[in-house]
Amino acid sequence: MSDTTTAAATSVAPASTETVLSVENLKMHFPVKGSGVIRRTVGHVKAVDGVSFEVAKGTALGLVGESGCGKSTTGRMVTRLYKPTEGKINFEGTDIANYTGRQLHPMRREIQMIFQDPSTSLNPRHTVGSIIGAPLRIHKMVPKDKVLSRVQELLEIVGLNPEHYNRYPHEFSGGQRQRIGIARALTLQPKLLVADEPVSALDVSIQAQVINLLQDLQKEFDISFLFIAHDLAIVRHFCPEVAVMYLGKIVEIGDRESIYERAHHPYTQALLSAVPDVKQAAIGGRRERIRLEGDVPSPINPPSGCHFRTRCAIAKDICSVVEPPLLQIGKKHKVACHFPGEIHQHPEKPVTAPLLGVDEFGAPDPGASPAEVPGDGPGYADTWYDLANNSRGRA
Amino acid sequence: MSDVSNTLGGTPTKDGAFLSVRDLKVHFTTSDGIVKATDGLSFDLERGKTLGIVGESGSGKSVSSSAIMGLHRGTNAKLSGEILLDGVDLLHVSDEEMRKRRGRDVAMIFQDPLSAMHPYYTVGNQIMEAYQVHNDVTKREARKRAIEMLDRVGIPQPDRRVDDYPHQFSGGMRQRAMIAMGLINNPSLLIADEPTTALDVTVQAQILDLLQDLQRDFDAAIIIITHDLGVVAEMADDVLVMYAGRAVEYGPGKEILTHPEMPYTWGLLSSVPDLTASTEAKLIPIRGNPPSLLNPPPGCPFEPRCDHVAKVGGDLCKTVLPELTPARSGGNHTKRCHLENPDEVYEAEILPEIAPDLVED
Repeated sequence: MSDTTTAAATSVAPASTETVLSVENLKMHFPVKGSGVIRRTVGHVKAVDGVSFEVAKGTALGLVGESGCGKSTTGRMVTRLYKPTEGKINFEGTDIANYTGRQLHPMRREIQMIFQDPSTSLNPRHTVGSIIGAPLRIHKMVPKDKVLSRVQELLEIVGLNPEHYNRYPHEFSGGQRQRIGIARALTLQPKLLVADEPVSALDVSIQAQVINLLQDLQKEFDISFLFIAHDLAIVRHFCPEVAVMYLGKIVEIGDRESIYERAHHPYTQALLSAVPDVKQAAIGGRRERIRLEGDVPSPINPPSGCHFRTRCAIAKDICSVVEPPLLQIGKKHKVACHFPGEIHQHPEKPVTAPLLGVDEFGAPDPGASPAEVPGDGPGYADTWYDLANNSRGRA
Repeated sequence: MSDVSNTLGGTPTKDGAFLSVRDLKVHFTTSDGIVKATDGLSFDLERGKTLGIVGESGSGKSVSSSAIMGLHRGTNAKLSGEILLDGVDLLHVSDEEMRKRRGRDVAMIFQDPLSAMHPYYTVGNQIMEAYQVHNDVTKREARKRAIEMLDRVGIPQPDRRVDDYPHQFSGGMRQRAMIAMGLINNPSLLIADEPTTALDVTVQAQILDLLQDLQRDFDAAIIIITHDLGVVAEMADDVLVMYAGRAVEYGPGKEILTHPEMPYTWGLLSSVPDLTASTEAKLIPIRGNPPSLLNPPPGCPFEPRCDHVAKVGGDLCKTVLPELTPARSGGNHTKRCHLENPDEVYEAEILPEIAPDLVED
């Protein structure tokens, strides 16, 4: 909801914080080859299908969603491990989406990645010293004789014994290995870290250690994070801003309070209600929650209109005809739903219909003309759609 | 179901508990010495109830439950103690007898259904096999039963999906198929070893719902092994917290999670963020790593990582292993800690950090 409190609005002037990464309409379609000799392309897996977001300097954007929703693919495109099919990746103002290998070389210094599984992302035949030192040697950051001392410094930063540079990854525990992965990502002093499920392979007590370490590093080196995870509680703890993905699209994006306190998309609401809660022990039994039936549909052949409609409790006719645009409904809150609203308060009529120039069943309405949808684009606009009055609101 | 009630073990179980584990020890002899994976574990479980076992990796959760399944037979593991299931000591029955019980009386659901299912056989085949081993039925009947079970666990179009291979199922569906396989003989005890760890939250919720529904229908006892305290809070009647092969806290779930009296349980509770906590607060991790089970510390195994050693005084924590004693709150709640006043320490130091909103009352 747009709380039009002028005090809050004036304090957050637009673009007051510097944007490090701005992703616009990013798409990744993997070809599906048919069987037979010719192996002709028979379709595409639309792993990521037009996502836009921004990451401000020194903050973190969380990407959450079920497996197969495209969150990891998005992370890999941002680090340019994949070349996007379409779209822009503006890193500090330059579009790196179509950079070639050679052009990318200096960019690698700025964008680094932490992988999910520390036991498979470290080369078992290299010592920790050579793993962490490799980026230094490749980018010729320090003279050869200084590599070791820098490696030891990094080991100390991530809380490992600097004497252990000569050991192999298997000699460390899971949590320690993840620290090695973090040290490797830090060697080049990146401005943006893409952390792909950095703690999901770790025990709970170790998870907290690694999360605290990442937060300390963020403060100390002013690093921005794209934090990919499926654990909603951890994302809430780490990221001031969160994007929820479903089948290759962002269905809801906003600041922490908007997503966790006032989620307007039925999928976000279902996700949040599915998280088991320790506090439930005091009450006993299971928590009341929204049941999602079935599985995520195949991204090769996604449902028409809104991708979520096949599992949505409030889906109506319009949902199968028109895809809902990502509509900005608050200062820092966008949602892609025809019936956005808090739980049990979803509107009766599709609020998006007049904007798209269709009637409430999704058929083109000759009387209405499509209007500009607030919230198109990676950042947040100054004006937004006010759900309470069905009109344009502003800060 | 176990219709035989010949007490081989002899010792009567505590107030007729259905499953009673007494002083279970599982030791592995390795070239480096003896690994005491489980060292003196005792618990009871009634029919229709759920026991949640929590602890870090390597705390002996899975080893203990494999012992109940008799999966250490034929390995170099040394087992002692008693596992009484309906009065029969599973540690002393013959291999042949155990083979008959496995899958019929006791069934297990594994963590990763992709590696627990055979990729060369269809899902239906594997479920049918579990049924045919224990029941003298024709293939046609077994197939009918398999389809019935797949339908029961919520697989759409079970008569067609029964002929699919495991890789054609999604993660959630594979876990459902595993549950169907586990429950096809109406086992009276079901052990679920991290049944939802590999799954998304929405699918996890579906699977937990399913387990609860099935428990109600079949009146089965369930042991659920997990490291997610949220899952334990919503599923378990009793909770057993394990550390370094021993139970460090055991009692009713509500007691353990609202009035824990062991610093390790406090650590577990304070190191997970929850959906309502303040985001300004830092997570409080348990420092250090779990001890090696080859030569565990002589005293309390948690002593090297514990922040409350100073409150006990002397070398007690370092030298003497605390006994599992009744907690201050009474009831069936027991804990393994030297602290004199753990309930007061919890109220004063731990609760304000993990749930400031609960402090005043």
